[in-house]
Amino acid sequence: MSSNSLAVDKSGNLPSYLIDEGKRKGILAWLLSTDHKRIGIMYMIALLSFFAVGVTLGFLIRLELLTPQGTIVNPQAYNEFFTLHGVIMIFIVVVPAIPSIFGNFFLPIMLGAKDVAFPRLNLLSWYLYVVGSIMILLSIVLPGGAADTGWTFYIPYSVRTGTNMIFTLTAVFILGFSSILTGVNFLTTIHRLRAPGMGWFKMPLFAWSLYATGWIQVLATPIVGITLLLVIIERVFGVGLFDPTLGGDPILFQHMFWMYSHPAVYIIIVPAMGVISEIIPVFSRRTIFGYKFIAFSSIGIAVFGSLVWAHHMFAVGMSNNAEFVFSLLTFLVAIPSAIKVFNWTATLYKGSIELEPPMLYALAFIFLFSIGGLTGIIQGALNVDIYLTDTYFIVGHIHYVVFGGTGIGIFAALHYWLPKMFGRMYNKKVAKVAFWIIFVGFNILYFPFLILGWLGMPRRSYHYLPRFQVYHVIATVGSWILVLGLIIMFFNLLKSIRSGKVVTEKNIWGGESLEWQTQTPPITENFVDIPVVNEAPYEYKQNEEEFLEKEEVL
Amino acid sequence: MEENKVQHVHTPGYGIYFYVWLALITLTALTATVAGVNFGKLSIVVALIIAAVKSYLVLTEFMHLKFEMRAFRIFVIVAILFFTILIVLLFSDYSFY
Repeated sequence: MSSNSLAVDKSGNLPSYLIDEGKRKGILAWLLSTDHKRIGIMYMIALLSFFAVGVTLGFLIRLELLTPQGTIVNPQAYNEFFTLHGVIMIFIVVVPAIPSIFGNFFLPIMLGAKDVAFPRLNLLSWYLYVVGSIMILLSIVLPGGAADTGWTFYIPYSVRTGTNMIFTLTAVFILGFSSILTGVNFLTTIHRLRAPGMGWFKMPLFAWSLYATGWIQVLATPIVGITLLLVIIERVFGVGLFDPTLGGDPILFQHMFWMYSHPAVYIIIVPAMGVISEIIPVFSRRTIFGYKFIAFSSIGIAVFGSLVWAHHMFAVGMSNNAEFVFSLLTFLVAIPSAIKVFNWTATLYKGSIELEPPMLYALAFIFLFSIGGLTGIIQGALNVDIYLTDTYFIVGHIHYVVFGGTGIGIFAALHYWLPKMFGRMYNKKVAKVAFWIIFVGFNILYFPFLILGWLGMPRRSYHYLPRFQVYHVIATVGSWILVLGLIIMFFNLLKSIRSGKVVTEKNIWGGESLEWQTQTPPITENFVDIPVVNEAPYEYKQNEEEFLEKEEVL
Repeated sequence: MEENKVQHVHTPGYGIYFYVWLALITLTALTATVAGVNFGKLSIVVALIIAAVKSYLVLTEFMHLKFEMRAFRIFVIVAILFFTILIVLLFSDYSFY
């Protein structure tokens, strides 16, 4: 696999990772590859396929809710739809998305390394991911049907339902392992494989966000793994851990479930924040404002975010002490999140802003994530939350944070890095049109959720009162617009991979981090010579003369 | 053979393992004994302190944490701290009276 043994093409470039197959040929050169870039692409293919399944389910849920009574499916199918939509979107799509696709592909390059610390473990994590994901799809077709408990698997219903719970729980357990392995891999890579000269504070902020995420993945995921195993034990042996009829404590399950699943929200959002921290300085041609604050706020979010889980449980009858403590801690998480938003906007100030597609998505992220974050603060207040618990307000909030934050963050990353990954540029005009359709459709779809929740519409409900119908119709129309935008966006990106304009220049957007200093698409070992890092990231040469002077000195 | 010698540079004699084992046995006996004494609300604290000392011995001596890099020790400490905080916060929801 040594790059020296590979032929150099006409233009003097080494073959890219897409051409250099290594020892094996054809499909096996992908399936057995330990190259972090190929694994990243395999994650992308698998993950975006499941995203399509999740979107289809969401689309059908909205179609069902067009009328107050049954529209297209029966109540049982509806329950399975929203459970699968949640399980697929959370555990298969947004939790692994940015670390597994873009982290795998770009973290080693950004650090100036040849690969992640444990390449084989990396491949194993992809296989675990695929096995877990396929098990969830199998649970739909096997006798018994897909789980119908909602993605939170609340006890006691998850013990009593006749659906394929064990299958689904095992699948999520396996997906958790995949996530832990990715976390361990990234933590070790960041600790051990930084290029010479790259101190902690010369790392790109995307690496910092993956570092914070890695810690949550390693520390919190085992808790949900154990919890889901305990539910399986409860179902099979009826030992009475959680089931109140056997003397168990159902609230204990909720505690243990949210101990992971709330930090999981930060596994979801922090890498997206890292992507935004990369894109904003590049397209405003300014050094990022408050580098250290953004880096430490990622860690701050990871720490505080791990300690707020019980704010999902204000209405279940916890002790007053617990409610007070968790409400307070919840408000504290807003601080590091707000630091990031303020620093991004401060970076934009007096910048030379270019509204390229990645930047449009990054700006949409700030806008939508702010709505998501502020609606979160509303629910962090104890008294208001009692009223809003299990209404559409929470559904609107989670979609603004998870889709408006991470989903849009994934799209931003796709538009930012895809040309680098494949050496082909998409049609920017079509990308911008798709962006506006997605942005408009998104808000028409999810904003009515917030109003509906405020008016008292319960979540996960098959029937609803006729007075809510107008908002449901608006939301359903919004889902059509959103899906149209998604189809245009993905069609444009896929077309670019097949037949887009070939890009060979190294630095496509004028970025300063290391991935823009290697060949497009990168060679198998990322760099011909391991780079030496002398300056902090995001040092834009705003003054041309200063830039030339520096060049002369070098 | 040479390699083995290099690897065993940090290995203390078997004596220390024996003493640690003895300490663990003694502490176990202590736990069993104090379980019969009524400390009231403090009984769980006493049991936990003894258990903590035992875990410390196992981690540092048997699991060789004493000889590991500082980074590993920090990793373990962070994990334990995190776990402790989780338990404390979780128990804020439970009443023991």
